[in-house]
Amino acid sequence: MSMFDGLKFRNISSPIHRIDPRAKFIYVLTLFIVAVFFNQLIPLLILFFSQIPLVIIAKVKKEWFRLIKGSSFFAAIIFIMNVISLYFYSGYSSFASIIEQASAMTVRFIVLIESFSIFFLTTSPDMLGLSLEQIGIPYEFCFAFTTAIRFVPVLAEEAQTIIDAQRARGLEIEGGNLMKRIRNYIPILIPLIVNAIRRSLELAEAMESRAWGAAEKRTTLYMLKMERRDYCLILISALMLAASIYVWLFIKIPTLTQILNIQG
Amino acid sequence: MIDVKDVYFTYPNGVEALRGVSLQITDGEFVAIMGQNGAGKTTLVKHFNGLLKPTRGRVLVDDVDTRHVSVATLARKVGFVFQNPDHQLFSETVEDEISFALKNFGFDEKTIKERVNWALNILDLTRYRGTSPFMLSGGERKRVALASVLAWDPKILILDEPTIGQDRNQKERLRQFILQMNHQGKTVVIVTHDIEFVAECEPRVVLMANGKIVADGAARNVLTDPDLIAKSWLILPEITNVLLNLKDIGFPANVMDVYEARDLIIERIGWARK
Repeated sequence: MSMFDGLKFRNISSPIHRIDPRAKFIYVLTLFIVAVFFNQLIPLLILFFSQIPLVIIAKVKKEWFRLIKGSSFFAAIIFIMNVISLYFYSGYSSFASIIEQASAMTVRFIVLIESFSIFFLTTSPDMLGLSLEQIGIPYEFCFAFTTAIRFVPVLAEEAQTIIDAQRARGLEIEGGNLMKRIRNYIPILIPLIVNAIRRSLELAEAMESRAWGAAEKRTTLYMLKMERRDYCLILISALMLAASIYVWLFIKIPTLTQILNIQG
Repeated sequence: MIDVKDVYFTYPNGVEALRGVSLQITDGEFVAIMGQNGAGKTTLVKHFNGLLKPTRGRVLVDDVDTRHVSVATLARKVGFVFQNPDHQLFSETVEDEISFALKNFGFDEKTIKERVNWALNILDLTRYRGTSPFMLSGGERKRVALASVLAWDPKILILDEPTIGQDRNQKERLRQFILQMNHQGKTVVIVTHDIEFVAECEPRVVLMANGKIVADGAARNVLTDPDLIAKSWLILPEITNVLLNLKDIGFPANVMDVYEARDLIIERIGWARK
């Protein structure tokens, strides 16, 4: 299983899955904003750990953990880049505080990934499309959006087959200088794009032969309805945002270094 | 020679596609690997040129362990034509398409020219030399894909589902072509579930089901065994089926060649007239 499975909808039943996509989206957006608000380690860690109960309730531990593990490579890069740049640009900081600040940036990145993951793991593309439709976006756009999401795994699989086919003809993707490396991707990208275009034309024909766009006003089998739990989640999001604005404005957050009183 | 030694293979998504496959294909053999969808046919042949490496067990191509060499190195010896030509065609002209692999393998300019001409000629594509592969019909694209592999003259040729989307005429030409290659000493491995096609070619048949080899032998023995065929979710060749239904009046049950069946029937009619 690849790390991207951590961004793919898991069709199981859980309280998190049943929450209205719109409410969930507002919640994820709030998480995003709060994560960008703070650049201290402690609030970001709190943010990180506070999502774990949600993951457990949503029964997506395995996929979630895989994504976190998969993103650890990028996290490591972010950490190292931060340590290096902090070391050179803020010479007066102690080593401990450099590590803490770099850790904070890394945790922020993981929080962003994590909230994305929770949203996509628990929201089916259909529901997502439906909620777009119900907030008044024209059906054509919603359809294009859900179709695009649906075809991502298909394209990924196709790309793998194309890579195999070209490797079987002696193409070596790795190696060579930068220009050579870019050129190596041409035999993979061209069939991929041509097939995608061909497939979309076929899809358009198939849809038209099934009378797509015949009804002026479409009805849907499922209607999304905001329920009490959805309003609760929106309320929680609003409170979270308000609280973090308050903390941000009026409370000086101590750093871990200060609490532990580490001397650099 | 390809030597598959007790190979297990599990895909990253956890699907166990091969469960203990052992197989030897000697030089110059013509082998058809058959079985229902998901039996592990394509997974198995992808081990022959190193696209997949066994999770357990070993695959040796001419005594070289596929785990220790690159796909490009193995591909020089093992040509693999994929099922769908659209997964590989990308060049502006048919000629460029065919010379792509030759350039990858580092042939010199003169040899490339010769090989391209030869491949175009043998697959009846010379008039399309300067045409874009995307302008060709499905059958022609399949031939370009085949030519692009054949051009570097690999010792072993693997064809994944070569008959899909081909009309009767094309299939017959493909059959002639495969037999010709095989007569010239190439090892040919085809992956297919086109039982009529295999019955006409009469190669060695390796039957797979659920990631295992369930039968291995001459087409005549494997494809006419009703139990084996049913177990691997295939359907008997038409001719075999007809004669099998006439078993009660003394027809043999292991015939799959039209002409042989005709002779048997004529003989029987003559015998009845007497």
